[in-house]
Parts: sequence; structure tokens; C-alpha cells
Amino acid sequence: MESPFRSEEAAFRFLLITIGAFALIVLASWISTALGFLTFLGLSAAAVAVYLRQRGPAPERTHVAPLETEGGRRVLVVANETVAGEELLSTISTLALSQQTHFRVVCPALNSRLRTFTSDEDPAREAAQQRLDDTLARLASVGIDAHGEVGDGDPLVAVDDAVRTFDPNEIVISTHPLGKSNWLERGVVESIRARYDVPVTHVVVDLGRGDSAASYLPATDET
Amino acid sequence: MTAHAEPLHGQHDEHHGPPPANQSSRVDPRTLGMLLFIGSEIMLFGSFFAAYFFVRVVNPSAPDEWPPAPYEFPVFVAGVNTCILVTSSFTMHWALQSIKRGERKAFLAGMVLTFLMGLAFLCTQVIEYLNVGFNTGDGAFASVFFGLTGLHGAHVAVGLSLLLMVIIRGFRGHYSPEHHHGVELPGIYWHFVDVMWIVVYSTVYLI
Repeated sequence: MESPFRSEEAAFRFLLITIGAFALIVLASWISTALGFLTFLGLSAAAVAVYLRQRGPAPERTHVAPLETEGGRRVLVVANETVAGEELLSTISTLALSQQTHFRVVCPALNSRLRTFTSDEDPAREAAQQRLDDTLARLASVGIDAHGEVGDGDPLVAVDDAVRTFDPNEIVISTHPLGKSNWLERGVVESIRARYDVPVTHVVVDLGRGDSAASYLPATDET
Repeated sequence: MTAHAEPLHGQHDEHHGPPPANQSSRVDPRTLGMLLFIGSEIMLFGSFFAAYFFVRVVNPSAPDEWPPAPYEFPVFVAGVNTCILVTSSFTMHWALQSIKRGERKAFLAGMVLTFLMGLAFLCTQVIEYLNVGFNTGDGAFASVFFGLTGLHGAHVAVGLSLLLMVIIRGFRGHYSPEHHHGVELPGIYWHFVDVMWIVVYSTVYLI
């Protein structure tokens, strides 16, 4: 969604639209008050529909400059309910074995739209924290030193926050399979690939079929 | 909520002072500030419109005609004033496009024209108030009329102050095709003020 006042140009365009809309409303009102009211309602509904369907401009590509760490690379892991999936843990283990790696696990505090609008996010954050704690404990039990945080409910914002503070060499994102994944439906993985110039690995975990059925899409340099 | 604080190696040796702010929003902070301000302004205008529609529509003793006889609104003068204000948005837009292209003279001309038209609007509104033939004590309709148009007039005055600052800075050589945020934000505000006037003029004077 884009604000009609996000820039001077957009505000100017909005002014012209307002002039046209109110000219119609006034004309309809002169014919009949009810018609004027209906015109107002119709135009308002159309404006809201257009506003909600609008997609914002494509974000600029962000250059991620990985920090010079004392040995090892930095991998950012982003996952929702699939954070405890065997396939994701297996991917993390594989990365950890190949060379010294610092992991940061981000669990977005997923919330319903209604709860987000009403700022009722405590249960979502608690659930995400629980998932995160379990995952970190599980990783620690196999000798992988990982840190983590609960992120914003919007996965793109959560990744953005983490990238700014962690500066990863690679991003691993875990989702449900196509058809079950809201993130895939929203194009989150593609957006992350388009947004950051680091390799993005997409791990698909099908919790419903058991972790053994999980499929792993190998690391890709598509960015 | 970070489970474990992790120092960022490589930054310790050279970094002094607080860490750079982590900006989650992709909207420029200054633009975001203006958006939030405009959001609050919309709510303020909304409350005045609520009072207006209550007086005119919901109120059981609402007058049958608007404005109630024998009063009349100066629709034509306000219409001319509307044209002036809308035109000032065009010159504002022209000014910003000009500075983006590096055309300083056109930018300054656009800004001065915008300011003069805004000033003309405000002066005309003051003259309108002096000659309208009723005052705030002449009924609820008069109160909401002066309340709504006066609230808008106050916003025009604020907008003029911003435009004046842009003009002064412009004549002192500020702004360039790369740095024109100081023009962009007053421009957004000015267009918002114009949008609100279109709504005020349509609902109060015409409908």
C-alpha cells in the first residue's frame, strides 16, 4: 500500500484526483442529495479498493557488506513455524560443518491482521520466543552456537532489521511447501532475493507429511 | 528481544558514541514525520467535519436550507479563491520539478508565485469574513462555517510560513537537484492543505 502523501508528486496527483472526485460528487448532489451521497460512497469504496490493491514501488537493492569476523561466515536464518523442522536443522548443521559459521535465527512474531491492528501482539511474541528458545536449545545440544531474536510480524521487516544489525554472508529462509505457505503466496522469498545481494537459500519444510518428506532446495546464488 | 547479545566484531576498535539508529521503515524518516503529522491533521479536520455534518444533517432542528435564510455564502468569491489555491499547487509542483532539473530561476519563480497565491487566498478569506454578513454568534451554522474555514485558513498560514522559509533558503542558494527535501516536504503539506480546501469548499459552499 502506498500513501497518497508519500511524495510531493504523489500528493499533487492525489489533489487532482480529489478535484475530479468532488466535482462528480457536487454534480450528483445538485441532481439529488441521495445520488450525491451514493456517488460519495461509491468513489470512497473505489479509492479504498485501489489503495489496498496498490503495490508499493520495488525497493532498492540493498548491498550487504558482511563484517570481517574472526573466522567464519555469518548466516541469517529466518523461519516461522518451520523453525524446528528437521530439514532446516539439517541445513544449519551442514553449513556449520563446512566451515565456522555464526548463526542468527530470527523468528517473526506472526500475528493475525486484526490482532496486529489492535496491537495485540504479546501472544504472538511469546509463541515466537518459545519456538526460538526450543530451536536454539536444540542447536546447542548438537554443538552449534547460534543466537536469535524474535522479529517483526512482517517477515520482510524482520529480515530488514536483522540484516542491518547482523550483516550476513548468507540468508536461509524456511517456509511451508507451496500451497500451504503464506510467505510463498506473498512472494517473500523472491522479495528477499531481490532486496539483498547475498545468496538466499530456501528450505521447504512440510510439517504435515513429517520431516522425512521435507525437501531441500539447494543454496542458490540467485539474488 | 535478543536471546543473546552479540558484539559486532570489527566495529569495536573504531566506533565511538551510540550505534547508528536501526531504521526499520523504508520510508525516509523526515517524510514519515510529515505523513504522521498529516495523519493527525486529517483526524483534526475529521472532528470539525463531524461537527459540521451534525449541525447540518443529524441535528433535529437542522435548517431546511443551507445556509439558513437570510444568510448567504459568497460562493463565487470562494470559487475564485479555490481556483487561486489550486493554481498554487501547480506552481508548487512546477517549482519542485524545476529544482530537480537544476533550474534555479524557475524554482524560485514557482515558489514566489505559490507564496503570493497562498497569501492572496488568505487575504481574500479575511475580506470574505469581514463582508459575509454574519458572525459566530449568529447560530450553529455560523460557528461551524467559521470553525471549518478558519481551521483551514490557519493551515494556509502555517503553509505560507513553510513556503517563506523555502523561498528565503532558495534565494540564499540552498537546494539542488540532489538535495531538495526541504522543498518536497512543504510541497506535500501544501497539497494536503489544498486537498482539504477542496473538501471544505465542496461540502460547505456547494452542496
